[in-house]
Amino acid sequence: MPDNQVATQDLKHHFADLEHQKATSTFGMWIFLITEIMFFGGAFAAYLVYRLYYFNAWVAGSQTMEIKLGAINTVVLICSSLTMVLSVHFAKLGKRKLTAICLLLTLLLGCTFLGVKAVEYHGHWMHHEVPGPNFHFEHEGNYDPHQVMIFFSLYFAMTGLHALHMIIGAGLLIWLLIFNARGRFTPEYNTPVEMVGLYWHFVDLVWIYLFPLLYLISHSHNG
Amino acid sequence: METISHTSQAKPNYLNADYGLKSWLLTTDHKRIGILYLISISVFFVLGGFFAMLIRLELLTPAGDLVLADTYNKLFTMHGVVMIFLFLLPAIPSVFGNFLVPMMVGAKDLAFPKLNLASWYIFMIGAGFIMYSVITGGLDTGWTFYTPYSTTYSNSNVVAAALGVFITGFSSIFTGLNIIVTVHRMRAPGLTWRRLPLFIWAHYATSVIMVLGTPVLAVTIVLVALERLFHFGIFDARYGGDPLLFQHLFWFYSHPAVYIMILPAMGVISECIACFSRKRVFGYDFVAMSSIAIAVLGFLVWAHHMYVAGISTYAALIFSLLTFFVAIPSAVKVFNWTATLYKGSITFETPMLYVFAFIGLFTIGGLTGVFLAAVGIDLHVTDTYFVVAHFHYVMVGGTVTAFLAALHFWWPKMTGKMYPENFSKASALLVFIGFNLTFFPQFLLGYLGMPRRYHAYPAEFQVLNVLSTAGASILAVGFLMPMIYLAWSLQYGKDAGDNPWHAAGLEWKTSSPPPTFNFDETPTVTWEAYNYDEIDAPGGPTHNKGVEVAG
Amino acid sequence: MSSHAHHPTVKTFVAVWIALLVLTAVTVYVATLDLGPLNPIVALTIATVKALLVLLFFMELRYSTALTKVGVTAAIFFLLILIWLTLSDYLTRGWSSYIHPFH
Repeated sequence: MPDNQVATQDLKHHFADLEHQKATSTFGMWIFLITEIMFFGGAFAAYLVYRLYYFNAWVAGSQTMEIKLGAINTVVLICSSLTMVLSVHFAKLGKRKLTAICLLLTLLLGCTFLGVKAVEYHGHWMHHEVPGPNFHFEHEGNYDPHQVMIFFSLYFAMTGLHALHMIIGAGLLIWLLIFNARGRFTPEYNTPVEMVGLYWHFVDLVWIYLFPLLYLISHSHNG
Repeated sequence: METISHTSQAKPNYLNADYGLKSWLLTTDHKRIGILYLISISVFFVLGGFFAMLIRLELLTPAGDLVLADTYNKLFTMHGVVMIFLFLLPAIPSVFGNFLVPMMVGAKDLAFPKLNLASWYIFMIGAGFIMYSVITGGLDTGWTFYTPYSTTYSNSNVVAAALGVFITGFSSIFTGLNIIVTVHRMRAPGLTWRRLPLFIWAHYATSVIMVLGTPVLAVTIVLVALERLFHFGIFDARYGGDPLLFQHLFWFYSHPAVYIMILPAMGVISECIACFSRKRVFGYDFVAMSSIAIAVLGFLVWAHHMYVAGISTYAALIFSLLTFFVAIPSAVKVFNWTATLYKGSITFETPMLYVFAFIGLFTIGGLTGVFLAAVGIDLHVTDTYFVVAHFHYVMVGGTVTAFLAALHFWWPKMTGKMYPENFSKASALLVFIGFNLTFFPQFLLGYLGMPRRYHAYPAEFQVLNVLSTAGASILAVGFLMPMIYLAWSLQYGKDAGDNPWHAAGLEWKTSSPPPTFNFDETPTVTWEAYNYDEIDAPGGPTHNKGVEVAG
Repeated sequence: MSSHAHHPTVKTFVAVWIALLVLTAVTVYVATLDLGPLNPIVALTIATVKALLVLLFFMELRYSTALTKVGVTAAIFFLLILIWLTLSDYLTRGWSSYIHPFH
C-alpha cells in the first residue's frame, strides 16, 4: 500500500512503495559490492601467485613495510567504520545533527587514512622502492631484486586502488553531508546514507585483508 | 486478457510520448534506451564489418598486396575489438534485454532507470576511447591485448583502447546489475520463477556472468595500463613477471564473455521457436537450468585458450575435462529446441528461418568447440583458421543470427510496423548461404594448417580463400538488406497490431508500440509460460495465422 | 522479508568495534613472533573473523535477505575458483618434467 504520508518526491514511479524501493536499492548495492569483490579479487590472485613463486623476495619486500603506520591506519579505518555505522543509525532515527557529526568524523578519519598512506608512499619514493626505471633495492639473500619490484608493483596497485576507493568514498560523504544539511533524510527515506555506509564498510573490508597480506604475514620470517 | 486494440496509432506510446533530441538523450525509459543502444551498436557493426571486408579483400590473393603486414595486424585487431566490445557483448542484452525484460516481467521499468541511462553514456564514452585509438593510428595487439606485446612492444595506442574496454565494462556491469535486480524484485503478481519466459532465464544467467566476470577484466586492464605507463613489471618476463598470468586473468573474464554473447541469443531462440511451433518449449525446466549451468561452468574452463601457451600439462588436462562439461547444458538446449518442433504447427516466418539457421550453425560451432577442448586436437589447430571458423560459427552463426531473429520478431512490438516479409526471407537466405560460404572453407583451411593473423599465405590455400571472400560479399548483402527494409518499414510498413504472431508473453499483451509505462495496469499472471495450447484452443485469440486450429 | 525486526543497537556496534580493535592488536602482536608457516594462517584467520564481523554487523548482512547472503557467498565462491584454478596451473608446472622419460 503506498503511504500518502511519505514524501512522494522520494518514491520513483515504478515502485509500489518506499519499502519496496529501499529493499531494491539495497540489493542493487550488494550486487555492486559483489563486482568489487571480484575486482580486488583479481589483484589478490596475482599477489598469491607471485608470493608462492618468489617467496624470498616477498619476505624482503614485506619487511620494508612500516607495521606501525599500517596498524595506525587499520585502527583509523575501524574507527571510521564505527562512525559510519552510527551515522546510518542516527539517520534512520531522523537525528540530523548526530548524523552530521558522525559523517564528518568518518570523513576526517578517511582523510587521516589517506594522509598516513601518503606518508608511507613518500617513504617508499625516497627509498627508490617505486617500481620503474629508478627502482633500486639493496638485497641480500637468494632472490632477484626485480622480484621485489613485482612485490612493490602489486603493493602500489592494490593500495592505490584501495586509496582511490577511499577518495571516492570521501566524495560520497561530502555529498551526504550536503544533503543531510538540506534535511533530505528522514526516518522514512535515508537510503543514500545506508548505501554509502555499505560502500564504506566494503572499503574497510578490503583493507582488513591488505594489512596482513602486505605488512604482517612475512614480518618475522627469517628469509 | 486485455482487449486487442487495432487503433494503436492513436494511443500514446513511448515513441510519440515526447519529441526532440533531448527527450531521447535524457530519457530514462528502458525502451528508448534500448533503441539508443540499437542505433549505436548498428553503427559499430557496420564499422566492424568494414574492417572484416578489408581483411577478406587482402586474403583474396596469396600475396600481401592490398595492405602492409602492420596495417593487416591493425585491421584484425580493430575488427575484433569493435565487434566484441562494441557489438556482440551489448547486442542482445543491452538492446533486447533492455527493451523486453521489464515488459516480460510485467514491470514499468528496470529497477534503476537512471543507472540504465548512465550505462548507455558510459558505453558511448568507452566507445569514444576505442574510436580514438582507432583513429590515432589503430591498435595492433589483437583483441586479447596479450602481454608482453601489449605492455612493452606494441607502438599502437594500447592505453586508449584498454581504457575504452575498461569503461565499456562498467556499462556491461550496470546492465547486468539492473537485469538481476529487476528479475528478482520487479516481477508482476503471479509471475513465479517457473512462469518466466526462457528469455528472462537466459538474461539472468548472462547478467550473473557480467557481474562476476567483468570486474576481473577491469583489474587486469588496470595492471596492463600500469605496466605500460610505469613499467611495473607484473607481466614482464625480464623482471620475473609472468605473461601467462595476464592470460589467466584475461580469460577468466573473456571465456565467460563468450557466454555473455551466446546465452541471450539462446533466450531469443526459445521465445521464437515456441511461438512458431505453437508449443510450449519442451523441457522448460531443463532449458532454464541449462542457462544457469552454462553461466557457472563457463567460469571453470578458461585455460583451454592457453594449452600451447605454457601452462602445465596437468592444468591443461583438468581444463580440457571441465570444458567438455559445458557441452552438456548446450546440448540440452539444442535437443530440447528440436523436441519442441516435434508435432508442432510450424510456420516459416523470417524469425523462424533464423531460428533454424541458429540451431544448425550453433551445433556446428559448438561441436567444433568440443574438438578444440581436446588437448590433442587443439595442439594441431591452435591459432589456425579452424579456431577462427569455430568462433565465427558461434558468434555470427549463433549470436548475430539470433540478433536478427530477435530484431524481426520484436520489430512489430518496437515500432508498431511490420517489415516486408518477402525481402526479409530473401535476406535470411542470403545470410545463411553467405555465412556458410564464408566460414566453412575456413574450417578446411585451418585443418590444412593455414595460421590466422597473417596477411599472406601459400598459393595452395587460394581457392578456399576466394570462396570465403565470395561468401563474405553475399553475407554483406544479407546484412545490409535488413537495414534498408527495416528503415523503409518505419514509414511504409503495415500496422502490426498488438500481437501479430499471436505470441504468448506479457510483452505482447500491451499495445504496439507500448506506452511509456508499458502497461495501463500492472498485469496479474495466472498462466504458465508459452501457453500456446490455451491461446490456440477453440475460442482462443488465434484467428487467421494460417495455423491449423482444431474446431 | 524486508522487515528489520532485529535491528542492531548502538551497543552492538560498539561491541563489534572493540572486538575489531582487539583483533587488530592480536594480529599485530602475532606478526612479531616467528611461527613459520603458521604466521599467514593465523593472520588470515584473524582477518577473516574481522571481515565477518564487519559483514554481519556493520553491513547488517546478518539481518539481510537470504538472497543477499547467497549473492555474497557466490562471489566468494567464484573468487576461490579464480584462485584455485589459476594455482592448479602454477603449482603443477614442475610436474611436467617427471613424465619425460629422458629427464
